[in-house]
Order: sequence, then structure tokens, then C-alpha cells
Amino acid sequence: MSDVISSNFVRRDLLAERPAPVKTTGFIGLMRTRLFNSPTNILLTILGALLLWFTIVPSVKFLMVDAVWSGKDRAACLTENAGFAVGACWPYIQAKLPQLIYGFYPEAERWRVNLTLLLAVVLLLPLLIPRLPAKSLNAGLFFVAFPVVAFFLLHGGGIKGFGLSWTAGLLQLFDESIVGAGQALLTSSRTSAIGPLLWGLGSLIVLLGTVIHWLIFPLTWLRDYIQGTGQPVWADFAVTAAIVCVIAFVLGGGVRTGGRALASSIATFIGIAVVIRLLDLDHGGLPIVTTNLWGGLLVTLVVSVTGIVTSLPIGIALALGRRSTIPLIRVFSIAFIEFWRGVPLITVLFFATYMLPLFLPGNFTVDGLVRALIGIALFTGAYQAENVRGGLAAIPRGQSEAAAALGLSWWKTTSLIVLPQALRHVIPNLVNSFISLFKDTSLVSIVALFDLLGSLRASFADPKWSTPSTAFTGFAFAGIIYFLFCFGMSRYSLFVERRLNAHRRN
Amino acid sequence: MSTEARKPPPQIALKIRRIMGGKAGWNGVAVQFAFAAILGWIGYEIVSNARANLENQHIAAGFGFLRNNAGFDVNQTLISYTGSDTFLRVFVVGLLNTLVVSVVGIFFATVIGFIVALCRLSPNWLLSRVGEIYVEVIRNLPLLFQILFWYLAVLAALPNPRQSISLFGIAFISNRGLVVPSPVGQGGLEPFLAVLALGIVASLALRFYARRALFQRGQVIRIWPSVLALLFGLPLATMLVFGLPFTFELPQLRGFNFAGGSRIIPEFVALTVALSTYTAAFIAEIVRAGILSVHKGQMEAGSSLGLSRGATLRLIVVPQAMRVIVPPLTNQYLNLTKNSSLAVAIGYPDLVSVFAGTSLSQTGQAIEIIAMTMGVYLLISLLTSAIMSVYGWRVSRSLGA
Repeated sequence: MSDVISSNFVRRDLLAERPAPVKTTGFIGLMRTRLFNSPTNILLTILGALLLWFTIVPSVKFLMVDAVWSGKDRAACLTENAGFAVGACWPYIQAKLPQLIYGFYPEAERWRVNLTLLLAVVLLLPLLIPRLPAKSLNAGLFFVAFPVVAFFLLHGGGIKGFGLSWTAGLLQLFDESIVGAGQALLTSSRTSAIGPLLWGLGSLIVLLGTVIHWLIFPLTWLRDYIQGTGQPVWADFAVTAAIVCVIAFVLGGGVRTGGRALASSIATFIGIAVVIRLLDLDHGGLPIVTTNLWGGLLVTLVVSVTGIVTSLPIGIALALGRRSTIPLIRVFSIAFIEFWRGVPLITVLFFATYMLPLFLPGNFTVDGLVRALIGIALFTGAYQAENVRGGLAAIPRGQSEAAAALGLSWWKTTSLIVLPQALRHVIPNLVNSFISLFKDTSLVSIVALFDLLGSLRASFADPKWSTPSTAFTGFAFAGIIYFLFCFGMSRYSLFVERRLNAHRRN
Repeated sequence: MSTEARKPPPQIALKIRRIMGGKAGWNGVAVQFAFAAILGWIGYEIVSNARANLENQHIAAGFGFLRNNAGFDVNQTLISYTGSDTFLRVFVVGLLNTLVVSVVGIFFATVIGFIVALCRLSPNWLLSRVGEIYVEVIRNLPLLFQILFWYLAVLAALPNPRQSISLFGIAFISNRGLVVPSPVGQGGLEPFLAVLALGIVASLALRFYARRALFQRGQVIRIWPSVLALLFGLPLATMLVFGLPFTFELPQLRGFNFAGGSRIIPEFVALTVALSTYTAAFIAEIVRAGILSVHKGQMEAGSSLGLSRGATLRLIVVPQAMRVIVPPLTNQYLNLTKNSSLAVAIGYPDLVSVFAGTSLSQTGQAIEIIAMTMGVYLLISLLTSAIMSVYGWRVSRSLGA
């Protein structure tokens, strides 16, 4: 303890300052480390700058500096009249803007399109912001209620009956088709080698048809009675609402717990009644605007929104079918998915336009837009199925085993435990397929529908605006619209992905 | 005395139930029957409706129409074709046109895609930004938009043949397309081709031998000088002996158009440019992700073994990256082939355009023609996925997984 070292060294004077380290942050640092740190890098920087110079500068010059901003017809956009090399011809876009957005939708009725777009935005925005509550109600409104309202707003027209009449009509159609098939079997049994077998099968089917006919007789009788009254829509509505409310009440657990189901179904029917009243659906509704008058951005949005809304249920069903252990269903799902994924969309659209009408009964014509929509729904459904399957595969087995241990049925396990988690996982992928769907909607212009690109192409043919720069201006405008939509969606998908993976970040 | 283990009971009923109905058992069988009944009903409806509709329109079903005369012209044919040829010939012509635009597009897409990927991975900030802008802009615009842009805006804005843009006096670009010199075979062509084929086969054999020597005896054989001699020296020597294999016929401006040379139609140019630049953006992202997926430690481990940077890249990083890159890359090639069907929008005579478009409107045989067209694309994609699953099996085997 005593031998304390006495010669402790304590420095008396300050050390000389060292030079500051070379700056590696900020603009100067960036230039030093990432742009000009070696001869090769300097060369590459010059190359990059040249590339930018030869693309950005001419584009800006074309779109802004050399552009013509006002005028009445092509004369304003010609070099000899303007006095300089004319760039973009913006008056052409101003003149064609209604056509590019609404197509040939009648001018007096365009408020309906605007209202639909407004509704879509109001419903979609809260759905996209994760912090806001009531997601299931919001999703239900957007994915189920909105398409129906949008159909009656955009297309117009009214309804002649309601749930009961439709159900009765569908069942009757089904019954007639079954009886027809049975009759066909009976007639072919007379000439066939396996006649008795066909005869037996045919008689069985006809018998089945007759049984169904008598089973649905109360429904058809009620339908005929309702159609005879003075207010068929409202009478039918009241009957349907009463039946559905009672069913919901009973299924919801009767007196003990059924109150909630009853309240929500009553609220739904009140909402439907308000829509019927507002749009005057019981008296023919709004004037009908046939779809061949639709065009421009309207068609692009209608096709893409319908595509996403219809393809998601198809995709979920196919994905569940592909993972099912029941052989026939699995094989069918695999074949269906691989078929639609293996062919280009344009052949699918050709299929929907030329082949589908042949498959339907002769007296049954399908609108051109609806045909394209069916093709797109089937095509996108197959792609969504693969997305959803990825999500289903990501759910650990333990989840469904735990559900089985709790005694939940397959349907409850799937709808309450597995699917919600799986769908949350694949939101970014779903948004990505929506982006490609949005881009693919431009293909409908090939089957004579005038979407944004189709309207643009049609507007090039107008001699009133044909100038050397018309095509470039039109493509610049449409390109900006497409880019804004797709880029916005891809940023949103990145945002959701980061949010979902928040727990994995270090 | 030992008791033998009893055999487990055969449980035949259980196995049958499992095979027929999956985990759901007899319920599954019932579901299948219901499903089969619904499918049968839909199938019956489709067939009976189609039969009735075809009868109403007086169209005879069947593939007999393929032997009829087509009676229309096609503006780009790889095999000889005239208007009096059959629809079957039209089908082959369209198929070949689809394949040629796909192959050319795949080549350019790969080249551009790798260049853009290298730009994006470059340590140079500006260059990586340029690559990013390219990828973002191209990926967020519809392909059909880009095809129409190249065709209706860029190519239409080019001058007419008289004022065409000359590329070193060899090739000419105008709004009638691209005119390039065409090779004309000379006397030395056959020996040249034969020697070239021989050289390729010999180099492959040499490589095979060198790899066997490396893996079995650890013997490093340097083969590139001999490969160079085989691939270039030998054909050159043949050329000196037998004369030039072919000469180029230069295009000449005569009157309002070019004589000589071969003309590439503007539709082909627009389609190839749009398809390759569009797919290149996706390929660039795939390549970038593949290279980034190789852990940094691999590169460091390589250099700690004393390998040079190039050797590390070639022997360690690229093979591992390729494992990640190849499956999605094939997918993109397949996408490009399928997207080439957009040719119908600008009138390039591909399969969809001449067969599902013109032939369909002339004959009205919608079911047969669209089924054949879809079948071709389906066959291509099924073949590709079969090849890819073999590849995946080989990769997983080589990893010992």
C-alpha cells in the first residue's frame, strides 16, 4: 500500500489540434464519396449527367418552355403560326379533356360520374389509412354496397322487384335448365346403345326438376302475387326484409344473442331503402346511359375497380380449393389457375368477346363492357389466387390446429382464424396485382372499348387538332395520369409492407 | 422366445375414404359429387348453347376450315406465304412471327436489364439514381401505352425514306421502318458453317474435359487460348482458303424507297423496343435483388481465400445469385412472350393478330381459333414451367437439401 508510484505522468500542455476528418456527410461529402472519388467514378458521373441532360432537358423544354398554352384549333400549335418550334400543344388536351375522362357520356348526366368518383374517394380514403376505425364496415361499404350504387348511378335504370323475385326467377331458370337436360337425355336414350342407362338418368333428373318445381312453388306464387300489387318493389322489399331479418335473428342465436344480427340486418335494409328512394329505383331510376357511350378514364376506373372487387373472392375461393385435400376440387382449382395464368390477357379478352356469347343462351345478350369484365375477373382471379395461397402458406400450422382444438369447424377456422391473418400478410401483393390490373385495363381498347388509352388514340384521328406534336402531347398527358395512379399505389404498397414488417426491423 | 411385432391393422376403409374424400372423408366425397354435378350441368349448358348458336349462325364446327384458302396478305413472313395459302399456313406464319419478336425482345431485354441493374448497383450516386428513375418510370406505365407511344408518336415522327436517318451509310431509319444490309451467301458459306459448328462442338468437349480434370484430379487446364483458336482462328483460316462466306448487300435509295438490303417493318421495331425496354425494367430489379441476396460475407470469405475480386465474383457471387435470379427471369421471358400478343394493337402480324384477328373475322370459327391460340400460349408456358421445375430440382439437389 505504501509504494504509491510517485511518478504519475500528467500532461501539462495541450496536444496540437488534429485536422478535421474528411467530411463524409452532406452534399460535399456525397460528392466526395459517391461521385468523384476515383477516375472511373468521375467518368460514370459524367455519363449519368449526360444521360439526364439528354432526357430531362428536352422533356422539360417540350412540356413547359416550348409549349403552347391556349388556342382554338390546330392553327395555334403550328410552328409557322407560333413563330417557334412548338412543343406540347396543351389546348388540344383542354379541348379533348371531357372525352378523355368521360368518353361520350352525355354532358347533362356527367354529374353522376363525378358523384360516383366522389363516393369512391370518400369510401376508399378511410380504408387506406390504417389508423382509422371501423375497417370491416368500411370494407363492406366499399366492396359490396358501392359497386351496386355505382352501377345504378352510372348506368341508370330501375328495378322491377327485389330479393324475393330475383331468387324465385333464378331458381325457376335453374329448374327449367335441369328439366331441359333431363328431356335431352330421354330423347337421346332412344337412339343410344346405352339407352336404358340414359333413360334412367334422364328420368331421375326430370323427377328432380319436378320436385324442385314443387319446392319453389310457394316462392313463385308469392312472386306472382307481389308483381300483381300496385307497388311491387316496395312490397317485395318488405317481404324480403322480413324474411332475411327473421333468418338473421334465428341464426344469430334467437332471443338470447340474436339482437345484434337483427339490428345490423335492419340497418342494412334501411340503407338499401334509402338508396332505392334516393335513386328512384322503383320508378325506373335515372335515365339509362348505355355502356357504349362510356369512355376515357371512367372506363379505366370502372374496369379496374370491378376487376379487383370481383377477382378477390374468386382468388380466395381458388386458393382455398388449391389447398383443399378433396381431390376433385384441388385438381379443378390447379387446372383453372394454371390455365388462366398461362394465356395472355389479350387472348382472354378475345375469348370473352367472341367465344363467351356462343356459350350463353341465344336470347341472352351480354354487354361488351360486361364481357370484358368477366374475362378480366377470371384472369385476375387466377393471379390473386396465387397471392392468397402465398399468404395461406405463411400461416403456421399451429393456428389451424389450435382452432381445431377449440372445436371450430373448417369454415369457422378458415374465416375467423386463417384467412384474416393470411390476407393481412398479402396486402402488398394484392396492391401490386392491382397495379398490374390497372395497367392491363388499357388492353380493353383492343376489343373496341374506349378507355383512357382508347379515347386518346381516337382523339388523334381528329383533323381539327392534327399537328406534329399532338401525339406526343397526348401521350405525355395520359402517361402522367397512368404514372400518378401506379406510382401512388406502389408507394402505398411499400408503406403497408413496412408497417406489416415493423416488428422485424431491428 | 420373442414375440413378433404385430402388423398394424390394414384400415382399408380408412384409406379408401382418405383417397376419395381427402381429410373431409365421406363429406368430401359428397362435396365432390355435388361439385361434379354442377360442373356437368355448366358443361351441358355450354355445349347445348354453343351448338344451338352455331346452328343459328350457319357455322360448321370443326377444324376443316384450316384447309381453306386464307386470301389475305401478311406483311412480314419468315416462310414463303401468299394469299392463296391455307389458314394452317397463316397459323404457322403468325406463330413464327410471335417467336421471332419474342426471341429478339428477350435478347435486348436481358442486355438492357443487366446494364440497368449494374447502374442501380453502382457505387456512383448519380448513375444509380438514373437507373432508379428508368425502372420507376417504365414500370409504372402500361405496356400497351409504351407500344403505342413508340409506334404512333416516335416512329411516325421519323422522316420519310428520302430524308431517312443514316447510320454510317449502312442502315437507314425512316417511318417505313429500319433498312439493314442483307447477307448474301457466297461460295465459301458451306465450309465456313461446317468449320464453325466443328469449332463449337470441339470447344464444348474441351470444356467438359477440363472440368472433369479439375474435379477428379485437381488439375487446372487453361483452355481459353485453344477455344479462341477453335472459334475464331479456324473459321478465319477457312475463309482464307475458300473465300468469303457471304457479302452484304447495302441498301440504296431509289425513287421513293430503298432497293436492296432487308427492311424491318416499323411495327416490329416499335414492338421490340417497347417489349425489351419494358421487360428490362423488371429484369433489372430481379438481377439487383439476386446480387443483393448474396451475403456480403461471401465476398469477404472469397478474398480471404486469396481470390481476386473478379474471380470471387465469377466463382462465388454470380453462381449463388443466379440461383435466385433464374426462376423469376424465366418468368419474365415468359411474360415477354405472352405480352408480344399486344402486337395486335399496332398490326404486327403475330399469332393473335393474323390468326385470332384476321382469320377469325374471315371465318367466324371463334371456338376453334381461340382455343388453338390459347393452346399455343398455354403449351409454351407449361413447357417453361416444366423446365423450371427440373432446374429447381437440380439446384436443390446440388445444395444437398
